[in-house]
Amino acid sequence: MKHRPTTFLATVLPPAMALIFVLAGVEAWARWSHQPAYLVPRPSAILLALGPGGTGLWNALLWTAVASLAGFAASTIFGIFAAVLLAGSKWVRRAVYPYTLFFQTVPIVAIAPLLVFWMGVGIVPVATCAFVVSVFPVIANTLSGLVSTEPALVDLFRLYGASRFAALWKLRLPAALPNIFIGLRIAAGLAVIGAVVAEFLVGTLGEHEGLGVRIVENTKYAYPDRVFAAVLLASFLGLAMFTVINIIAFLSLRRWHASQ
Amino acid sequence: MLPMLHTPSRHRESGLGVRIEGVRRQFDNGVVALDGIDLDVASGEFLAILGPSGCGKSTLLRLIAGLDKPQGGNVFTMEASHGKADRHGLGTRADIAYVFQDAHLLPWRNVLTNVALPLELMGIGKKVREESAQRAIEQVGLGDAADRYPNQLSGGMRMRASLARAMVTEPRLLLMDEPFAALDEITRQRLDDQLRALWAALNMTVIFVTHSTIEAAFLAQRAIVLSSRPARIVEDYVLNLPAERTGSIRSTPAFARETRVLYQALERNEV
Repeated sequence: MKHRPTTFLATVLPPAMALIFVLAGVEAWARWSHQPAYLVPRPSAILLALGPGGTGLWNALLWTAVASLAGFAASTIFGIFAAVLLAGSKWVRRAVYPYTLFFQTVPIVAIAPLLVFWMGVGIVPVATCAFVVSVFPVIANTLSGLVSTEPALVDLFRLYGASRFAALWKLRLPAALPNIFIGLRIAAGLAVIGAVVAEFLVGTLGEHEGLGVRIVENTKYAYPDRVFAAVLLASFLGLAMFTVINIIAFLSLRRWHASQ
Repeated sequence: MLPMLHTPSRHRESGLGVRIEGVRRQFDNGVVALDGIDLDVASGEFLAILGPSGCGKSTLLRLIAGLDKPQGGNVFTMEASHGKADRHGLGTRADIAYVFQDAHLLPWRNVLTNVALPLELMGIGKKVREESAQRAIEQVGLGDAADRYPNQLSGGMRMRASLARAMVTEPRLLLMDEPFAALDEITRQRLDDQLRALWAALNMTVIFVTHSTIEAAFLAQRAIVLSSRPARIVEDYVLNLPAERTGSIRSTPAFARETRVLYQALERNEV
């Protein structure tokens, strides 16, 4: 509070200048050295690919967004629920916890082909892949929050005869909120990655073609500008989800948590 | 039984006495914290427990609160009026309040809802519990901070809120585990004054763990000194000071003498 907050302009201008400088450099180099457009996309072409002109990228973004959000929502609900169950019983936790750690180290996207094999084409395997890839960080972070409640507060709730549900709802879950948000931030980015990787495999047979489908297709037909444009859109999707989570975290934690 | 807690006649009830018989507590790691402790605390008494750090003072307090179980011996809370002993778990929990070493407020709740928490957990309606909480907050002199959050309060104010939370159920037995140890000297003395006034006004038993002989001499009628582990009671001393005490008593010769008695008892048993 003591130092003046940096102005909006001072925050935005330097990185914007840097970006324009780099893009202009790439553009100039590609043009003057006559790099073939099918190998090195001009930044201007990437921007044009995002405009109207039948590249179908915005439509693809919509389907990727739907699948990512569905997978992310499932991760949030299932992940928190699973963590509550794990936190509730020491024995269940001891039995299962090593595997949740193990699964964090497994490159889960590698099972994407199997998901497509099981579920066929369409949005269901894509959303499922987004879920499978993003659920473990939610479980692990929520669980670590739930089991690290201050012992004195647990004692206090016991002293006044609080039920297990009251202790969960009024103490353990709110105390775990900062950890839950850490898990959700990680999960948001992973859900988009999971969706795009599944779309690579679903191929052009599906009816709802997402960004992953477009990336494979445009690589095959040598449109690197459209590939980059699709990657850009996928990044924006992840960023948008991340931002929404940050806003919710800020609104619910600002009064009491040091992270805000 | 619960609605009765909030009638004004409540405090004409006497404080809850405590009887401890041959209590032994050994932790899972094999450390014996307490062994063969016998202690009677009379209804309405203010008892200080002194002892070297880590000697098992907190363990003793948790056993009295029913938050922990002894491996041997018994802990009773006593109804003074009929001399009836009551083991824990028979609905007397709301009669006992506990104040921890740190304030331990819920950071996502303001002072009012933090103080109302015990009543909320006991299933008391919102209107009644917030009125009781408001009274308890005013009792500890925190009246204008009721809607502030813990991170907007000083350490002393947080501790006051914690004290108000303990007082909100109008407990008959107040257990305090070095509650003011982390505060600065002035704030600590103010809170000591306030606690003594509360105890004098409300008919309750207080068991107060501290490592400060000055605090013990100022607050308590009687002080016990524990040895280091396994804790035994090595001194049981009735303080020879007037019942009416204000802050100025701390500078009298009688107070210095009593403090020295406690200090020497503590020193004899320091390893």
